[in-house]
Amino acid sequence: MSDTELLPARKPLDQDWLKLLNYSFTLAFVSIFVSLTNMPVRFDTRMIIEPVFSMGYLSLFWLPVLLGFLVTRETVLEGIASHKKGFREVFAGAFVGVVGGGGLSLLVYLLDNFNVRDPLVNWSPQLRDLLSFQRSNVFGFVIWPVIGLILGSLGGSVHVVSTRFRRIVTWALLAVIGFAVFETVLLDLSEGFAWLGAEWLTDELYFIRGGLTMHGAVILAVLGGLFAAFGHGSTRRVKENFTALESTQRTRANIVILLLSAAALVVLPLFLGGITNELLANVGLFVLLALGLNIVVGLAGILDLGYVAFFAIGGYSAALITTTNRADSWPSWVPALTKAQVAETWWIPSVYWLVALIAVVLFAALAGLFIGAPVIRMRGDYLAIVTLGFGEIIRLMFQSDWLGGYTGAAQGVTNIPGFQIFNVATIKGTDPRAVFYLVLFFCVIAIYVSWRLERSRLGRAWMAIREDESVAEAMGIDTVKAKLMAFVVGAVLASFSGAILAAKVGSVFPTSFEILVSIVILVVVIVGGMGNIVGVIVGALVLIGILGGPTQPGLLAEFSEYKLLIYGVLLIVMMLKRPEGLVPNVRRTRELHQDEYLQDAWLKGEIDTDSDDEETALTATASPPNMGTQPA
Amino acid sequence: MTNRLLTIKNLSVTFGGLHALRDLNFHVDEGEIVSVIGPNGAGKTTFFNMISGMVTPTSGDIIFKGESLLGLDPNQVTAAGIARTFQNVRLFANMTILENVMVAQHCRTRQGIGGSLFQTRSFKREEREIREHGEKVLGFFGSRLVGYRLDQPASVLSYANRRRLEIARAMATKPTIILLDEPVAGMNPKESAILTDLIGELRSDWGFTIVLIEHDMNVVRDVSDRVVVLDHGETIAQGSYDDVSNSPEVIEAYLGRPVKETA
Amino acid sequence: MPPPVHVKSQTVRRRTGVDIFLLIMKVAMSGFVILGFLMFIGQQIDPNNFIASRINPDATGLTAAQFEGLIISGLSQGAMYGLIALGYSMVYGVLGFINFAHGEVFMVGAMTGMITSNKFDDAGLWESNFLLSLAIVLLIAIICSTLTAVTMERVAYRRLRGSPRLIPLITSIGVSFFLQNVSIALLGPRAKTYPALPDWLSKKRELLGFISIDGPRLLVLIVATVAMLALWFLIEKTRTGKAMRAVAEDKEIASLMGINVNRTIVTTFAVGGAMAGVAGILWGLLFRSVTAVTGFLPGIKAFSAAVVGGIGNMGGAMAGGVTLGGAESVAPLVLLEPWGINGVSQLKDAVAFLVLIFVLLVKPTGLFGERLSSEDRA
Repeated sequence: MSDTELLPARKPLDQDWLKLLNYSFTLAFVSIFVSLTNMPVRFDTRMIIEPVFSMGYLSLFWLPVLLGFLVTRETVLEGIASHKKGFREVFAGAFVGVVGGGGLSLLVYLLDNFNVRDPLVNWSPQLRDLLSFQRSNVFGFVIWPVIGLILGSLGGSVHVVSTRFRRIVTWALLAVIGFAVFETVLLDLSEGFAWLGAEWLTDELYFIRGGLTMHGAVILAVLGGLFAAFGHGSTRRVKENFTALESTQRTRANIVILLLSAAALVVLPLFLGGITNELLANVGLFVLLALGLNIVVGLAGILDLGYVAFFAIGGYSAALITTTNRADSWPSWVPALTKAQVAETWWIPSVYWLVALIAVVLFAALAGLFIGAPVIRMRGDYLAIVTLGFGEIIRLMFQSDWLGGYTGAAQGVTNIPGFQIFNVATIKGTDPRAVFYLVLFFCVIAIYVSWRLERSRLGRAWMAIREDESVAEAMGIDTVKAKLMAFVVGAVLASFSGAILAAKVGSVFPTSFEILVSIVILVVVIVGGMGNIVGVIVGALVLIGILGGPTQPGLLAEFSEYKLLIYGVLLIVMMLKRPEGLVPNVRRTRELHQDEYLQDAWLKGEIDTDSDDEETALTATASPPNMGTQPA
Repeated sequence: MTNRLLTIKNLSVTFGGLHALRDLNFHVDEGEIVSVIGPNGAGKTTFFNMISGMVTPTSGDIIFKGESLLGLDPNQVTAAGIARTFQNVRLFANMTILENVMVAQHCRTRQGIGGSLFQTRSFKREEREIREHGEKVLGFFGSRLVGYRLDQPASVLSYANRRRLEIARAMATKPTIILLDEPVAGMNPKESAILTDLIGELRSDWGFTIVLIEHDMNVVRDVSDRVVVLDHGETIAQGSYDDVSNSPEVIEAYLGRPVKETA
Repeated sequence: MPPPVHVKSQTVRRRTGVDIFLLIMKVAMSGFVILGFLMFIGQQIDPNNFIASRINPDATGLTAAQFEGLIISGLSQGAMYGLIALGYSMVYGVLGFINFAHGEVFMVGAMTGMITSNKFDDAGLWESNFLLSLAIVLLIAIICSTLTAVTMERVAYRRLRGSPRLIPLITSIGVSFFLQNVSIALLGPRAKTYPALPDWLSKKRELLGFISIDGPRLLVLIVATVAMLALWFLIEKTRTGKAMRAVAEDKEIASLMGINVNRTIVTTFAVGGAMAGVAGILWGLLFRSVTAVTGFLPGIKAFSAAVVGGIGNMGGAMAGGVTLGGAESVAPLVLLEPWGINGVSQLKDAVAFLVLIFVLLVKPTGLFGERLSSEDRA
């Protein structure tokens, strides 16, 4: 686009006023909504910069910036002249900020004069105080349009400033917020590296009760800005050099990178404290689950909403096989035994965890076949609901009094010993570091399995099925068998995760296996990038690590109340704006953005032009990408 | 000495009262090239769908190499040795060109999860064979589908090349019979002449038996040993191109009956 | 146009391992049901017969009144499922995707009903002028749930029209998740109660001399019938209904015939939302307690009801709802209890899903046949 002529900037008042109003009302509505969910009050205790700026205010401040930016954003098309950006964009942002800020002014007024605490539980004086910055209501009423004006014009001016400047500011902000978010981890690390004097550093950066110190924030911002200003060029060069490598060299480089990161993963936990290791272990559990679901959804294109069933089966079978104290729960035809006899009798389930794992895998594979067989021929969307039903049935079974004699009904199974690896070693569930290594081991297995299968006969069959099931069948692929294999592989990976969870926590309860878990795993896979191993891992790190899993806390413990809300929003936004995920799979991106992809390929001269029908090559690609199974 | 490969007896299919095919009899001998022609809606594609197992006939029988194909799933039909292409090209658009022909060899290969996880020697050998055979069938079309193209997604191909890739994909399944559904549709005369020669080579060099549906009468004339004409789900004529093209029923089917009386 | 592929006709498919497994499963399920039923009859005749005393020693059988109670509660529950199922069925008929969030539309209806009826109760109107306040509550709930349904169409689903089939489904899962958690965030996670119904309504009534029915359940049945009739009138007798049917049949042709497809789709969502709102109020009046997840399971069961009755088929949705509600209420005691399974009422939800699985295995087009748009039939 470098040589396209830019039209002169438009006049500030030459606006699409309806759009401005639309964005303003969106801003007002969303800010009021966010306030009423009590996020600002709840997050106010989490400081970013002590004592001036908390995450509570951040939850409101980012909105005017974003909407002020979006209101004048337009996609610039190759070869089509566009206007130069100027004061008009800043004005539009400011307008949105002021009018939208009025929403919160209104809220301050309403909070002061009415009480609707009855349905709206967060209608509180604390919220009013927070919104009026602990001052008078008039101050609160006036200040929000002003804040909106400043932040909105900031958002609008993003269009105006140079890319370099924009990058510097972004990096400075990212550095400050990132260091604030990762406070726990960094403090943990600094303890591990205390012999290097790392604690001195974190003492400088962080305030005792949490949050960055003022000078710490300034230093970080400057460092971030400097990195963006001078570091960016070199990172880009590294990237360019890398892509310029020969393919054999590139694989070699890839292997080196892989080994280095593996080494880091092995060594780093030694220096981490309990909290971070625990966090990483939780992330690992979800990486396992997500990799399994990724095979089912991402590769074979089967939307399995009852995936949690396999997690539950893994957890329960490991629990039941390894616990010793369940003899009293066996059916009446099993002769009664004393505790001592139980301990000595070989056939009473008291098996080493590692041996039990074989049984777990077997159970999970059988369950995969059993659940998979009835649903495999169904329409893609019916399949989703029926698998969800199966997930719920399995949980209800574990929870019911009917099987309660074996599974402990609502009380679950407790007193599960740790990870006994024959007589050699026992890893206690309470030792987060050891648990992390165990999880890591299984994650490596799962990654290897996913990676190999994707590039095998079966993996190609899955891809073909995802693209067009009936053609895949006509090309000789036994679709039923291939899809069942996907179910089984996914089930086995999930059962590993369940078995580890059981031994780690020392107990399993039916409530840990609700449908919610399935959906959280689905969000992880989709946000990360369906069909992409790295994407799935990134997704688990970002979502489970920062926000937390269904029952596991993440880095931002304050978010735990809202994480499901955020998951829902993320799922919608990702589907609407970036269905290929954060780290997209090349293939899926092609599927979902076929037009753009083809245009790029055409510009690069990659499109097939050997005959005189290049026109058709561009237009005849209308065949819709198939994510489900039915051809249009 | 002719060896009857495929026999179709009294085949009928109805879709909710509509007879898509009625009492169809048809046969193909080994090494033949047979064209199926007929006006739009005559049931030609249904006929292919029925042979390839995508539609189950209401009555009648399909016998291939002495065994009935009835009740087989499409993949089993392909495994038995009948491959097909589609009228509205249906490639795996986001898989690479090589992958398209590799995946088509699914029913000729055996390696499962174990082989790929442990990278056994037999797995590696099979993968190599799949790749080599894939490149071989792509090479049939000259340089169009090989070289740097191998790793490009099928969606970047031109329309004519997609048709070629579909044929290559059908060839990759190592079939006995290939069913070609309008192979030259959308090609210009030069391209379709080249493809007509290639269809001949499919028989002479590769030993495939071919059944094709085609509207382009030049192609039909140049390649077919025998032509079968369908109309309203029934065979109305059968024989050499010249016989068929002069048959009054065929002319009537295409051009309509001359109006004799006013209604 | 080539005829649709995968039309299976009468000819028997060759059996694969999966088919045999499914056959065994079908036989086992039917056998379990039939044997259970036979044992139930035996148990009714003599609770101490030799089978019952072996398998289920505490068997007492059901009294006529208990049985009647089960059927009536099944019917009223089923009527509500049916009302929600209409929304699923209509949207699936028109757009060909499962609006997973429709259960939350129902929840929004129940929640607004809870808020408004409590306000009326505080003002004393609920007691003194019940019918009027109920009508207003109903109206507000209908408006709110309709708005919710229409907004989600506008914000999320409209942009996804024509995208791969599973994309809108996943989006609707997100919407469902979002709405549940919005309710938790704004209104708090605790269960909230409806005000008590006036005495004249909540007392038991005798109908036709021999059926005794709880007042609220009777109210549910009456309101559900009225709503259903209104919907039938709308779809069969009005221009809007005709447009909806045309769009459900074929969007492209309908738009060529001068029908505003977008507006019709919005109407579909609105009507479905209104029905869900009515169901929400009825749910609240009957069970008097709502939480943020109130909509989730009933929603999925209602979708199951729509599938059981034949998706896209309005009458089928209602019939499917009643079937499912009835099965869920009767089956645990009649079919499971005789097997000596204890705590059968906990398995209610499992029964509902098993009915869905069974129907899909035996008759994938539902009991009364599905009606899908031309592009979804393949």
